[in-house]
Amino acid sequence: MNIHVTINGKNYSHDVEPRLLLIHYLREVVGLTGPHIGCETSLCGACTVELGGKAVKSCTMFAVQANGASITTIEGLAANGKLHAIQEAFWNEHGLQCGFCTPGMIMASKQILDRNPNPTEEEIRHGLEGNICRCTGYQHIVNAVKAAAKATGA
Amino acid sequence: MATTITRPKTLIGKAIRRREDPRLITGTATYVEDIKMPGMHYAVVVRSPHAAAKIRSIDTSKAAARPGVVAIFTGQDVSKVGPVPCGASLPGLRVPNHTILATDRVYYAGHPVAVVVATDRYIAADAADDVEVDWEVLKAVADPLKALEPGAPAVHPQWPDNKAFDFHQEHGDIDKAFAEADVIVKQRILSQRLIPTPMETRGVVAEWRAADRALNLYSSTQIPHLLRSMVAQMLGLEENRLRVVAPEVGGGFGCKLNVYAEEALMGFVAMKINKPVKWIETRRENYLTTIHGRGHVDDYELSAKRDGTITGIKLRIIQDLGAYHQLLTPAIPTLSVLMMPGLYKTQNIFADIVGVFTNCVPTDAYRGAGRPEATHGIERMVDILAAELKMDPAEIRLKNFVQPNEFPFPTATGLIYDSGDYAAPLKKALDIAEYEKLRREQSESRKQGRLMGIGMSAYGEICAFGPSPATPAGGWESATVKIEPSGKVTVLTGTSPHGQGEETTFAQIAADELGVDIDDVLVVHGDTALVQYGIGTFGSRATAVGGTAVYFALQDLKAKIKKFGAMLLNSDDVTLANGQCIDNKTGASKSVQEIAAASYRAMQLPPNTEPGMVSTHFWEPPNFTFPFGAHLVVTEVDRDTGAVKVVRYIAVDDCGNILNPLIVTGQVHGGVAQGIGQALYEQAVYDEAGQLITGELMDYAVPKAHMLPWIESDHTVTPTPVNPLGVKGVGEAGTIGCSPAVVNSVVDALSPLGVKHIDMPMTPEKIWKLIRSAQ
Repeated sequence: MNIHVTINGKNYSHDVEPRLLLIHYLREVVGLTGPHIGCETSLCGACTVELGGKAVKSCTMFAVQANGASITTIEGLAANGKLHAIQEAFWNEHGLQCGFCTPGMIMASKQILDRNPNPTEEEIRHGLEGNICRCTGYQHIVNAVKAAAKATGA
Repeated sequence: MATTITRPKTLIGKAIRRREDPRLITGTATYVEDIKMPGMHYAVVVRSPHAAAKIRSIDTSKAAARPGVVAIFTGQDVSKVGPVPCGASLPGLRVPNHTILATDRVYYAGHPVAVVVATDRYIAADAADDVEVDWEVLKAVADPLKALEPGAPAVHPQWPDNKAFDFHQEHGDIDKAFAEADVIVKQRILSQRLIPTPMETRGVVAEWRAADRALNLYSSTQIPHLLRSMVAQMLGLEENRLRVVAPEVGGGFGCKLNVYAEEALMGFVAMKINKPVKWIETRRENYLTTIHGRGHVDDYELSAKRDGTITGIKLRIIQDLGAYHQLLTPAIPTLSVLMMPGLYKTQNIFADIVGVFTNCVPTDAYRGAGRPEATHGIERMVDILAAELKMDPAEIRLKNFVQPNEFPFPTATGLIYDSGDYAAPLKKALDIAEYEKLRREQSESRKQGRLMGIGMSAYGEICAFGPSPATPAGGWESATVKIEPSGKVTVLTGTSPHGQGEETTFAQIAADELGVDIDDVLVVHGDTALVQYGIGTFGSRATAVGGTAVYFALQDLKAKIKKFGAMLLNSDDVTLANGQCIDNKTGASKSVQEIAAASYRAMQLPPNTEPGMVSTHFWEPPNFTFPFGAHLVVTEVDRDTGAVKVVRYIAVDDCGNILNPLIVTGQVHGGVAQGIGQALYEQAVYDEAGQLITGELMDYAVPKAHMLPWIESDHTVTPTPVNPLGVKGVGEAGTIGCSPAVVNSVVDALSPLGVKHIDMPMTPEKIWKLIRSAQ
């Protein structure tokens, strides 16, 4: 099947197998390295990307379902050589260790802040329920989301 | 000539944000799965669905006929590949022959039996489903206690008692201690099987360069050099023709401190098909076939005087080994024995370990590796003793601690504790918690019928592995520091960081020692073609051993810089400070950069000095280090649901000097998260047939953000005399100190109901049943 998608502002058109997962399309066909595969069952969130303005897990969606959609991945966050406020905050607050969950974690954090520019700790933790980090214990991630909220609000 | 000093005087101890992060927060890091090569093929491993079965036959014809399939290999095909190695040795250890693919029999669910190679990963997965194995299913045993019963199914038919080894250690006069005791307390304590769960599963890319007879192996590993030695041996390949690269590694927690069948298997496949091949473990495979941790049934007895003085400890460990020995499997419970006295003085100990085969995936090193079990045991027992004697749990600990003036302290288990002030973190934790006030609040809340608990642990751990005679593969670490002709500094470390941040901390050390800008320092690791032989990252060793190697390599370089500087300045009296070599008489100076350039240009050389500015140091530690600390946990148990809420978590850790507080705090948080995971949520569960029924993230409860508390992290600082940096290690501290503090807190909460012990994980169901049965 032929699909047309916009990824990080760029248009792509490919002929894909109907069963091709969106994560494999992004990684293998388009050649991105940001979205990761941590579980293939939508539980860990390492594959989280933004599709049509919503954070989705690209491991449990077919590429053909994304036909016509606009997708933003971690690679599309920084603009003009400047990191996005959430990326900067993850760096400043040590919100990552091995970094494998980080692209998905940052995309999920973006959705939290898109919906609620000034979330409480509890709201942040709730918003991150779909993303697993095994390294940080989440505390520095919570700090990072708070710092990003402050930076964007200022 | 003088230059302006633009950098702060010291970077050590500063919360510098990490230098590895830009690639990680932009999604541009290269993990194994991100490696692509022209002509790359994909491998899928066919695995046993049964925990114990004989293989009557394997039919690969249907799979082979699928377009795109290029090769299928079974156990017979790989018979010349050496076995998966066990690096641990114990007297009388029974070592099963661990072939990389099963031949006539499988021993655990997930056991690899064949590998299918195709041009595309989807085709490989389809073809793997087409491989037909004719099984004769056998009876399995998954529970180590049942495995020890007479008549239990034999995991390995040649050893019907299912025992891999018996280990014994004792010291002092245990019989006298127990005979003269005022009180003896006994408890069986379980440390359940856990699944390490790094977010990146294992993965391997192998590339065979036939004309050079050279194999490049990219693996998600914590030990690239050791892996190279062992895979070379397995494949019969010269070690210098095998290059192992640990690219970006997405967490390990010990489970990648190993040599796995697939690592040799992919090398074999690449050599056979003469094309690069990639294998990426699925999460399901990761849970079934990557090592698990813990798996202890521990029987403890403590003898004590009425005043709370502990006089003796008896411990019998039944260790669930699984079906095979992976790299360190049988050695892990011996670490529990080493640390069984905890921070306490007693010189009378008696320990037995029975290593038991089960039809499960092997256990091995998972964050803490034997020490969480030991700490959980002794810290539970001390609380049980305190309850028996009606003493305060803080008081009984303070009474038994090794005292600050007793270091170096020889333990009953043969260790020499390096340095410590064990009361300090406990007192600090009590202060932070306002302990007296907290106890008053507790008695008020009990009057209202609420179940509030206060629990603590005082832990010690053995880290910075370690003196080579006491380790299976050499315990030193290596570093090369090069100042390039341009003055830029490259550090090659034999450690293999995968989240711990040594690209930053080692750069801090180098920048401070040489007086150069940290942006001029690059830390390189994880590639055997670039880095001198090293041991790797595990056992909270990277900074304490690897960082010390960097430090000593820098000392050699500094001496050489001064020699060149003295020559260039025409002086016999120079000082090196802030990146400048200064003539103490005239004040004239040359920068480190100028001196490095001159050393390569070599127009003139100091006497007996070679050109260039490179130094390599292999540092052999004279002892382990022994970090310590105290964790204090306030919990509230919901009487109606059995849910445990951690209200406060206070961690006071003493890891010696702190090079980067941001990184140290991150390590503590992550460690505590895994400790709380064990205490409240996680357990690998096998059913009677040996099926892993917690085989996905859906069923295995890795803590999510809303399941963890805010952690109040603080420190005391007692430098170690073992290394010049004074650092002890912090990677495992959080995990080791955590679980007993949480359990002690919940037991304290339920103590008005008569509850004296609870095994982990303390799920709502378990707690609810306890409350119900007490009412």
